[in-house]
Amino acid sequence: MSHEEVLHGHEGHGHDDHGHHEHHETFLSKYVFSMDHKMIAKQFLITGMVWAVLGGLMSVLFRLQLGYPDASFPWLESILGKWAKGGQITPEAYYALVTTHGTVLVFFVLTAGLSGTFANFLIPLQIGARDMASPFMNMLSYWFFFTASIIMLSSMFVETGPFSGGWTAYPPLSALGDASPGSKSGMDLWIIAMALFIVSSLLGGLNYIATILNMRTKGMSMTRLPLTIWALFFTAVLGVLSFPVLLSGMILLIFDRNFHTSFYLSDIFVNGVGALSNEGGSAILYQHLFWFLGHPEVYIILLPAMGMVSEIMSVNSRKPIFGYMAMLGSLFAIAVLAFLVWAHHMFVTGLNPFLGSIFVLLTLLIAVPSAIKVFNWLTTLWRGNIRFTPGMLFAIGFVSLFISGGLTGIWLGNAALDIHLHDTYFVIAHFHIVMGVASMFGMFAGVYHWFPKMYGRYMNNSLAYIHFWVTLAGAYLIFWPMHYEGLAGMPRRYFDFSIWESFKMFADLNRFISTVAMIVFAAQLLFLMNFFYSIFKGRKVITMNPWEANTLEWTTPIRPGHGNWPGEIPEVHRWPYDYGKDGQDFIPQDVPVGANESHGH
Amino acid sequence: MSNVTTASSTEAKWWGGGKSPFNVEYGKVMMWYFLMSDAFTFGAFLISYGTVRFSTNGWPDPNEVFRSFPFAPEGVHAPLVFVSVMTFILIVSSVTMVLAVHAGKNMDKNGVVRNMIWTIIGGIAFLSCQAWEWNHLFHEGAWWGQNPFINADGTASSTNFTNFFFTITGFHGFHVFSGVVINIIMLIMTLTDKFEQRGHYLMIEKAGLYWHFVDLVWVFVFTCFYLL
Repeated sequence: MSHEEVLHGHEGHGHDDHGHHEHHETFLSKYVFSMDHKMIAKQFLITGMVWAVLGGLMSVLFRLQLGYPDASFPWLESILGKWAKGGQITPEAYYALVTTHGTVLVFFVLTAGLSGTFANFLIPLQIGARDMASPFMNMLSYWFFFTASIIMLSSMFVETGPFSGGWTAYPPLSALGDASPGSKSGMDLWIIAMALFIVSSLLGGLNYIATILNMRTKGMSMTRLPLTIWALFFTAVLGVLSFPVLLSGMILLIFDRNFHTSFYLSDIFVNGVGALSNEGGSAILYQHLFWFLGHPEVYIILLPAMGMVSEIMSVNSRKPIFGYMAMLGSLFAIAVLAFLVWAHHMFVTGLNPFLGSIFVLLTLLIAVPSAIKVFNWLTTLWRGNIRFTPGMLFAIGFVSLFISGGLTGIWLGNAALDIHLHDTYFVIAHFHIVMGVASMFGMFAGVYHWFPKMYGRYMNNSLAYIHFWVTLAGAYLIFWPMHYEGLAGMPRRYFDFSIWESFKMFADLNRFISTVAMIVFAAQLLFLMNFFYSIFKGRKVITMNPWEANTLEWTTPIRPGHGNWPGEIPEVHRWPYDYGKDGQDFIPQDVPVGANESHGH
Repeated sequence: MSNVTTASSTEAKWWGGGKSPFNVEYGKVMMWYFLMSDAFTFGAFLISYGTVRFSTNGWPDPNEVFRSFPFAPEGVHAPLVFVSVMTFILIVSSVTMVLAVHAGKNMDKNGVVRNMIWTIIGGIAFLSCQAWEWNHLFHEGAWWGQNPFINADGTASSTNFTNFFFTITGFHGFHVFSGVVINIIMLIMTLTDKFEQRGHYLMIEKAGLYWHFVDLVWVFVFTCFYLL
């Protein structure tokens, strides 16, 4: 038996039972321990939403402190107890809130919630597969994430509080239990949650890669893949290669915390404890390990949003995506450069300035593929017949935010400027716009655009428009002023700025930012209401292809069962961006190339 | 099997067109990517070790630390002899793994069983040797956070020598242990004719990839801790 026969025979066999999906499904196997990629995607999405609400609520709480440092709110004590004695958030609680907000939004919402949802949902549907390569591993991936979530959540209820040393968990705060209340059992739970999260991301990532490479339908060559899939592919590769380094870093951290080692510790004196015996370790080592993950992580968050935006923009401009190969090449360039720039987070650690200059160069190089992508999006919009669906608005909003936040990245990527700007509100403004809010916009775009496929109903457009405009205006109103605060030297992660003469002038501005933050948070509740109401009561989808899009997911029934296509999987004859070709508005991928069709892609 | 013939056989029809760029089965793609991922884990460990070691003033001489041999009289000077035996065992187990994969390709069930048993024995022997070495070092006073050895130049040594040694060889030992468990599962699946029914021994090949990777990692761990 030849190798090829082995491979195809096995494939055909292993997945044959997905074809007929009438087999008996219990509540448990359909909604809880589901192996259907669409259900797993929804599980990731809804868990991510729960975390987004919690993480957002935390930011509202600490913005309350920053906006009104002298006021006391008795209701705070009734919900936070000892963490807000007398109605004012304690410094310890403030740091715990900031830390958990960062951890949760970066990892649980924008990594698991974003690529977990859309990689699971879109990969099999858009490449024409019945399910993931290994549905069982896919299910495990979700349950590892769920367990990580529960452990992270439980860390908020231990007596000494959750970890409070910042989401980057730098030692010695993270390595020494005596360093702060949050460094005690809260930190152990934080590490365990992160380790489980890494396992989840590994299981998911391997599956995404194998599925994209091996499970494509007939005719779906790599260059006929929608850009969403390419973006999710590079995201998975980044995750599979960068998270293990964080895992190593975390294992060393566990030993430092619990087994008297000195990987990250050296020559430390703790008040009340005295000089510690640890010597020979390096706290900077942790920062290298962390940022070797931490920088690719930025692109793990951004790339799925970029891919979805490309797809949604092309569909709603009724034009082919401009520069498909350039888009693909720039995704690849970003994925490679992502691994070569981590030390730009460490310019002020005493890094050799010569080495720093190399990282400056590599960092600024990322501007090239980023600019290529931005111009390709703009030229896709150019003279398009644009339909302003909510998904499209969020996609355009993504590009706006990506430009605004990306430009300040050029500032921060310069070692010389970074000496002034590091650890100020300028950094907060930069990464919230370019990575946080922009990717959130990508996620919203994806949810609005693919909601009809997920639930067979539409979301309410009026609510969606309010949600979009409040969020877009709010994002700029919150983060734009922070650039000025940062340029003036206002440091991040401070509990109370009112005691510094130099930052007193920002009291009103801080109050303004906090007010807007609360309004924007309320607008997100509007989205949640819209989402959950529409699942049950939204307007029903009556055509298979409501957006008149070309990709394969719209050739499935309105509510696809396990296995996606009731009959045969469609064969692909063309790339996914034949919009406005030969006078036809759109030509789906499964339509054969006509005899007198012009040669395009 | 070409695309044309695939499309004509109903069983593989809906999957038939998709062709892996590497022309391998998806599980093998997953294994390769997992190994790359794991290589980054070990890479991070070994680079951390290098970073700390070269920013430290002195380091113990491995010829002095690893000089004991089981059942040899106390005080015998046999530098690196025992670890050479360990390494030899692991490399031989890789050879038997190759033979098992080869037998699998020829659908030779007995050959697979015989060579898998040898591979499992090799893995267990390596783990036993490691257990003896750890136990011996522990009784000399070495453990996480405790380093009884002195630097090669006679100065007091940092505990990071033992910290890294136990963490990294332990992490590698955990991989060997997982490999032995996987190999035992493969053996049981072979004995119960699972692969005969499937018509191929691809699983043995994937387990083999993992096993060779674990051996390869040992070469680096061995070099970093015992030779340099």
